[in-house]
Amino acid sequence: MELTLWTYEGPPHIGAMRIATSMKKLHYVLHAPQGDTYADLLFTMIERRGSRPPVTYTTFQARDLGGDTAELVKGHIKEAVDRFNPEALLVGESCTAELIQDQPGSLAKGMGFDIPIVSLELPAYSKKENWGGSETFYQIVRSLLKDHSRESKQSWQEEKRRPRVNLLGPTLLGFRCRDDVLEIQKLLGQYGIDVNVVAPLGASPADILRIPNADVNVCLYPEIAESTCIWLERNLNIPFTTTVPLGVGATQDFLKELHKVLEMEIPQSVNESNNSKLTWYSNSVDSNYLTGKRVFIFGDGTHALAAARIANEELGFKVVGLGTYSREMARKVRPAAKALGLEALITNDYLEVEDAIKETSPELVLGTQMERHSAKRLGIPCAVISTPMHVQDVPARYSPQMGWEGANVIFDDWVHPLMMGLEEHLIGMFKHDFEFVDGHQSHLGHLGGKGTQNTNKEAIKTNLQDSVITDGDPIWTHEGEKELSKIPFFVRGKVRRNTENYARQAGCREINEETLYDAKAHYKA
Amino acid sequence: MSGATLLKESGPKEVFCGLTSIVWLHRRMPDAFFLVVGSRTCAHLIQSAAGVMIFAEPRFGTAILEERDLAGLADAHDELNRVVKNLLARRPEIKTLFLVGSCPSEVIKIDLSRVAENLNIELKGQVTVLNYSGSGIETTFTQGEDGALKALIPLMPKSDQKKLLLVGTLANAVEDRLVSIFNRLGIDNVESFPPRQSTELPSIGPETKVLLTQPYLTDTARELKNKGAEIIEAPFPLGVTGSTLWIQAAANSFGIDKSIVDSILNPLISRAKKALEPHVEKLSGKKLFLLPESQLEIPLARFLSNECGMEIVEIGTPYLNRDLMKAEIDLLPPDCRIVEGQHVEKQLDRVRDSSPDLVVCGMGLANPLEAEGISTKWSIEMVFSPIHGIDQASDLAELFSRPLRRHDILNPTKTLTSN
Repeated sequence: MELTLWTYEGPPHIGAMRIATSMKKLHYVLHAPQGDTYADLLFTMIERRGSRPPVTYTTFQARDLGGDTAELVKGHIKEAVDRFNPEALLVGESCTAELIQDQPGSLAKGMGFDIPIVSLELPAYSKKENWGGSETFYQIVRSLLKDHSRESKQSWQEEKRRPRVNLLGPTLLGFRCRDDVLEIQKLLGQYGIDVNVVAPLGASPADILRIPNADVNVCLYPEIAESTCIWLERNLNIPFTTTVPLGVGATQDFLKELHKVLEMEIPQSVNESNNSKLTWYSNSVDSNYLTGKRVFIFGDGTHALAAARIANEELGFKVVGLGTYSREMARKVRPAAKALGLEALITNDYLEVEDAIKETSPELVLGTQMERHSAKRLGIPCAVISTPMHVQDVPARYSPQMGWEGANVIFDDWVHPLMMGLEEHLIGMFKHDFEFVDGHQSHLGHLGGKGTQNTNKEAIKTNLQDSVITDGDPIWTHEGEKELSKIPFFVRGKVRRNTENYARQAGCREINEETLYDAKAHYKA
Repeated sequence: MSGATLLKESGPKEVFCGLTSIVWLHRRMPDAFFLVVGSRTCAHLIQSAAGVMIFAEPRFGTAILEERDLAGLADAHDELNRVVKNLLARRPEIKTLFLVGSCPSEVIKIDLSRVAENLNIELKGQVTVLNYSGSGIETTFTQGEDGALKALIPLMPKSDQKKLLLVGTLANAVEDRLVSIFNRLGIDNVESFPPRQSTELPSIGPETKVLLTQPYLTDTARELKNKGAEIIEAPFPLGVTGSTLWIQAAANSFGIDKSIVDSILNPLISRAKKALEPHVEKLSGKKLFLLPESQLEIPLARFLSNECGMEIVEIGTPYLNRDLMKAEIDLLPPDCRIVEGQHVEKQLDRVRDSSPDLVVCGMGLANPLEAEGISTKWSIEMVFSPIHGIDQASDLAELFSRPLRRHDILNPTKTLTSN
């Protein structure tokens, strides 16, 4: 049993719903009690969908449990097929139905329909949303293509046509998937590569049957599509790309990888520096002030990994924290964190993430909807880079994350919450003027600073008292405190802790101005 | 009963389960914590229904069952014990802990009352542990509050004091206003249940007269009656008429002279009617369809038809308690169609066939209907907003006139298309 106040991922059947709702001409009969119908609002509210998810909930009640729930399930299946007339039917259960073991998938298969029935078994008590999405997509593709001929087909060169790829993985309630697909389609078009099928987003079961017509699969979102890509490679000999084109460097790498897999020559233009404005903007003089900005990153595996690379290599930030809520992606995130000299934070507990943010005193948080709240409470600028997301993370405007334009969007979204360089310089110059309010952040437009300041001061006072009481702990002199107050508030806590640690190690009883500089030199060295 | 037509329907439903009521209950009693014993679905449901959570640590959470908890019940009870103790150690401000049953905990038959009993013995009164079920196989939406209140009743002290007890969660401002009106009428001893602090439970006895503020408190009303309280029969305090009859019923029960009641209420009534006018102008003659969800559908339909001139196409209600709803149904226009239960697909077919001007529905259905050009109002808004009482009648009407006003501004002639 796990105490959860808030969860990054829903249960696995929500993942299945994301696949079903992303697709067309597919219907999902979900054996579930009435409360589970809340899931519709995720799509109709967060994504502002103008149509209901194609899901029939059996909404069984306690009084049904004494009788024949199997008959009830069959009734709903029949009615759903009659009413919605799908090309294929998904049948599965949510957590409660899993306990009563009606086997709705087998029931459906025994009903004599002439459409493919995909039976989903998604263990609700051990797995989560992204796993459920991945498994559902895999089961759909496998069910529809398992009898497909394995005979080797002709290559695009032999057929004398343009190369074709599938874009696999984009779903509803994924982060900016709709726009990423458009951006990648545009990008590939520029290199003479056609898109064969996009799935699950916008694909019908008939489209899934066309997947084998492609030369290569592009795995855009490994969380959803990796297991499907692996199956397609093993069974239908369709290779897939593994680089996710998030950021300038990764987009270049992706194009190179794709060209290589397609046996095409890599064009020079891939490496041009003006493909995305991010490159020049990051080189422009104003961005000098971005150097070494401390950034904390947490999200799904794909976006967290990409963010770390962009922050580190393309914006010159210093990554001070990196983690994911996705246990399935921990294997990839751990070495990436290690390469940055960090230990990856793998957790589903947002309070643990908040503590890690406090501990690392970042100047920018890149996270999910929840990190936005945490950062707001802490008075730290934040940009959302990953699901789970809020309605405000589904913008009306075109704002992909992938490809060249995606890199432009990322530059704007991450840098705007920070102070502009020149402005920061001026604030630094005038910070001792009486008009200056500590913690002022003109671009944030929120009042979080004030409250946080007071809390910080409270915390400092308590700390101070503690340190006076505890025998052997160093005491801050008036000069030491005064010098400390000149340090920007967002790192002040960290500097205080570091200095105290240093003083303890060095055996100082008092911390004055000089101790602070000694500590600074010690930690920089 | 009046000429209302009562129909029953069954099929796929689209309603919240009782867990959802935690969303307002935890705000009403800030010293209480609601611990759902359930699955990741339960946790996801509450956080999705509550919208964005802005609290550092909310006063509700879920003890998520894992595979090994399903294997042995004894272990599950021990596990729950452990989770509760961790929680209480971390949150010493909690005075009352509600263990809330869910669909999975009911199906595997975790005995929450036994866990609560053992914890109460161990904790020796530092924290009171209670339990109720908010499971979707037994309860819908607002019924969760019914369960939570029923669980509190055994803790209410006995009293022979004559008093008026307002039962059902109200917005604090509205509650203050209603209490002050009762005070003006000469009813001085007015208390509320649930209280604003879970530990400050009102006393109860044969001299307690209960006035229900919400229509979904079936079990609570019965238990209060068993404790000797008298349930005052009245419609619910929505709209000018409903609120007036509700206040009058209490005044009658306390033997207050009609002339005093009239002298105090009449100015409020005429002011409220005047404030209603612009909304009546917008709503009058418009067709209204209410899908089942909050249990407030019948009183809302009565207000919107009788006082705002709306034409009622259909009133959906998750379940119908004929005793509690009698006064409401009597006030409905003749031939009003009330459908108990739901077949969501067939009901949506009827919505489309009748092309209503406004549909009251759950959050999952609102945008799909809006995309078809049908204006909607979220039913969950009714349980969050201050809508009770004579003074609030125009605010209540405004909730329904605003979507129509907006629709007219944005789409003077055509209907919307969306993705």
